[in-house]
Amino acid sequence: MPSATLLGQSVLSGVFIGALYGLLGLGLSLSWGMLRQVNLAHFALAFLGGYLTFQLSARLDPFVTLALVTPLFFLAGMGLHWFLTRFSVSLLNTLLVTFGLTSIIEAGIQWTWTADFHRMENAYAAVRWKIGPLFVSLPDLFTLGFALVLSIGAWAVLRFTDLGKAIRATTEDAPMAAAFGVNEKLIGYLVSGLAAAVAAVAGLCLALNHTLAPVQIYAWMGVVFAAVMMGGLGRPIGPLVAGIVIGVSEALTMAVTNPTWAPLVSFSLLIGLLLFRPARF
Amino acid sequence: MRIALALIAAALIGLPYVGLPAFYESFGYLLLSAIVLATSWNVLSGYSGYFSFGHGAFFGVGVYTTAALAGKLGWNFLWTLPLAALAATLLGVALGAIVFRVRALRGELFALLTLAITFVLATIALNAVDGGPGIMVTVDLPRIAPTASGVIYLMMLAAAALTLWTAYAMYRSRFGTGLFAIHDDEDVAEVMGVPTYRFKLAAFAISCALAGLAGGIHAIFVSYVTVAETFSIALAVNVVLMSALGGTRHWLGPAVGAVVITVLLYAFTSGNAAVAGRALTGLILIVVIVAMPAGILGQILKRFRRKAAPAHPVVEGFINTNTRKESGELLLVVKGVAKAFKGVQALAGVDLEVRRGEILGLVGPNGSGKSTLINVVSGHYAVDRGSIRFEGEELVGTPAHRIARAGIARTYQIPRPFPQLTVLQNIALPPMFGQVVMDRAAAEREAWRWLEFTGLKAKAHRFPPELNLHERKFLELARALASRPKLLFLDEVLSGLTPAEMDGALRLIRAIRDQGATIVFVEHVMRAVMELTDRVAVLTYGRAIAEGVPAEVMRHPEVISAYLGAAHV
Repeated sequence: MPSATLLGQSVLSGVFIGALYGLLGLGLSLSWGMLRQVNLAHFALAFLGGYLTFQLSARLDPFVTLALVTPLFFLAGMGLHWFLTRFSVSLLNTLLVTFGLTSIIEAGIQWTWTADFHRMENAYAAVRWKIGPLFVSLPDLFTLGFALVLSIGAWAVLRFTDLGKAIRATTEDAPMAAAFGVNEKLIGYLVSGLAAAVAAVAGLCLALNHTLAPVQIYAWMGVVFAAVMMGGLGRPIGPLVAGIVIGVSEALTMAVTNPTWAPLVSFSLLIGLLLFRPARF
Repeated sequence: MRIALALIAAALIGLPYVGLPAFYESFGYLLLSAIVLATSWNVLSGYSGYFSFGHGAFFGVGVYTTAALAGKLGWNFLWTLPLAALAATLLGVALGAIVFRVRALRGELFALLTLAITFVLATIALNAVDGGPGIMVTVDLPRIAPTASGVIYLMMLAAAALTLWTAYAMYRSRFGTGLFAIHDDEDVAEVMGVPTYRFKLAAFAISCALAGLAGGIHAIFVSYVTVAETFSIALAVNVVLMSALGGTRHWLGPAVGAVVITVLLYAFTSGNAAVAGRALTGLILIVVIVAMPAGILGQILKRFRRKAAPAHPVVEGFINTNTRKESGELLLVVKGVAKAFKGVQALAGVDLEVRRGEILGLVGPNGSGKSTLINVVSGHYAVDRGSIRFEGEELVGTPAHRIARAGIARTYQIPRPFPQLTVLQNIALPPMFGQVVMDRAAAEREAWRWLEFTGLKAKAHRFPPELNLHERKFLELARALASRPKLLFLDEVLSGLTPAEMDGALRLIRAIRDQGATIVFVEHVMRAVMELTDRVAVLTYGRAIAEGVPAEVMRHPEVISAYLGAAHV
């Protein structure tokens, strides 16, 4: 049995990685739950954001890069939405189309930055604090902060504003919402754009905390999708909570057994949920 | 045709014996393994519409089973092949048994779980089997061809023949028809008698077994097995692409796509070209999904079908096998049935009796629970409490396809035909899964009869979206009748029809009754209710408030206040 300090540090790092799962899951959950589009390319987009941050980090502060990348990704999200609605791609076919898009982006990343692992050097990573026996780094806090602010913000917008009401109405029944004066087309573009913009933020967090490699795009898919499914579609806070549960479980698994077993955790949790609470889906 | 096939087979088998450079055997092997993988993916995912992104995982299980047993433990390699198929099948069945039970989101869940399983298996293989460096697989091959690569080529050729035969047999059988119906509308398929859960699981098992077999052979081909090379997501992308490109709704489509893509990818094999190849596959996938949903083969067949004049077999006069039994006995007894949807009590303890040979009118205001009652009796929804007995057998807890098989059929208020099956295929489906299971030929003969009966004969080879509402309603009716039900629920078949069309429909319903079917007739058109029905039951707020002869029921004060507003007689 590992020491209490190691366990505490594991739980803490689990929370931070869970926050990143939640951040990645937020955009996915929005476009899936609200627009009925399962966007596998979300991961490729987040990695692209991470690579752009990495590329520009020599000259620009990562947060300046973010300010540049976010609007760009917002437009990319709108473009994707235009494509999917223009050709009225069915829900299951959005999986295939965005799978194809993932291949293209992945190939583009590999073409530009090779298949090697990259790690962004940055000043923030050096900033660490010691709280009791535990270490906390600034990039970790950024991730958690972004995840909390964006998830709770999205929830509050959906819950309390007129725009949120319009989005929820469009989700329930788009033609009916349109009949009541909601500009459902604009809402579709807005949600899709915002989902992609969140991918830019997630990309920054990826670059700050993790190594980047094209093959890793797929490695994140399983875990984040598990978080989205467990958190409930279209619920902004769900993926964050589920992501943290998964992250902590993974970290504890790594501490107690062999680190290489971690990929099994999210899958087992999801299978368990399917077995014992199938009514949730 | 037969001679051409024999020549092709001879050429394929003879390839290793003519002394060509080994390249041809290897390239042939790659083509054949692509055909096996794409076709085996398609028998589940193309036929039934459940996209698997984990075909690489099931293939990988086969690779590792053979690698571990033959390479590490030194078993006879031929014995490991069935085990490779079996291991992949067991994994697939376990996964399917969990995910196929889910009602909503099952398609997406299935896609994502199969995607995740690739990484899960890679983890297990890395930790438990491989240990890191990979496994050498050197085995003694049976000397059936001059060279080792020739032997491996011949084994994959056998696997490809088996796979294509399986895909063809499924395509032609009622199994395949059931899967196509699941693809279009799973809930309706179940209500029409298709055992959807069993069919999906069986198709998945077959798909996995063939992928596992290919994996077993592949372990010998590569002779050095590593996790990174085996459990790759690229394989999943490629098989999806091959099938989509060739055409997922035909047994041969994936094979066509496999040949095209393999040749294309071969042009981009090394270095940076491989990356470009990956981008290209992604691009082609998008273009195919958007612009060519039927695939190459589907497109060709469509053109071909348009040219060929559709056959109209001679229909012998309408034969009635449903002889009128002792009428008046109780056929269906509904007792205290309740069903709530998130607090809305749709049915609040309904009691209802249907007697053999009668037409029972079921009327009531919108939202009174008429359609819910049909959904409950046909097994679409589970009841919260109560009992439904049909010919003395309890239906509560019985899966919908068993209820269909027992002889209950229904129409949908808003027609729900299978959009990608022709009108003829739509109507031929229920007889294949009805009380008497018919083969395709018999079911189509039966379907022609009902096409004649409903006047849809000229539209037999059209697809439902090409029909107008009136024709779709009649298609719905013909499909319900084709299984020769003992009890038929008609859910507002007249709504939305013009007066002239309505007269036609009434004639049909009378003809159905005269053949001895028992009908529960849900309708708002009072003229039709009064004209057609022997008895009427009135529902409001999920309860039956009156039951009896139409003229009397319609004068019932409670009925007037709840539904009619004014006396109708």
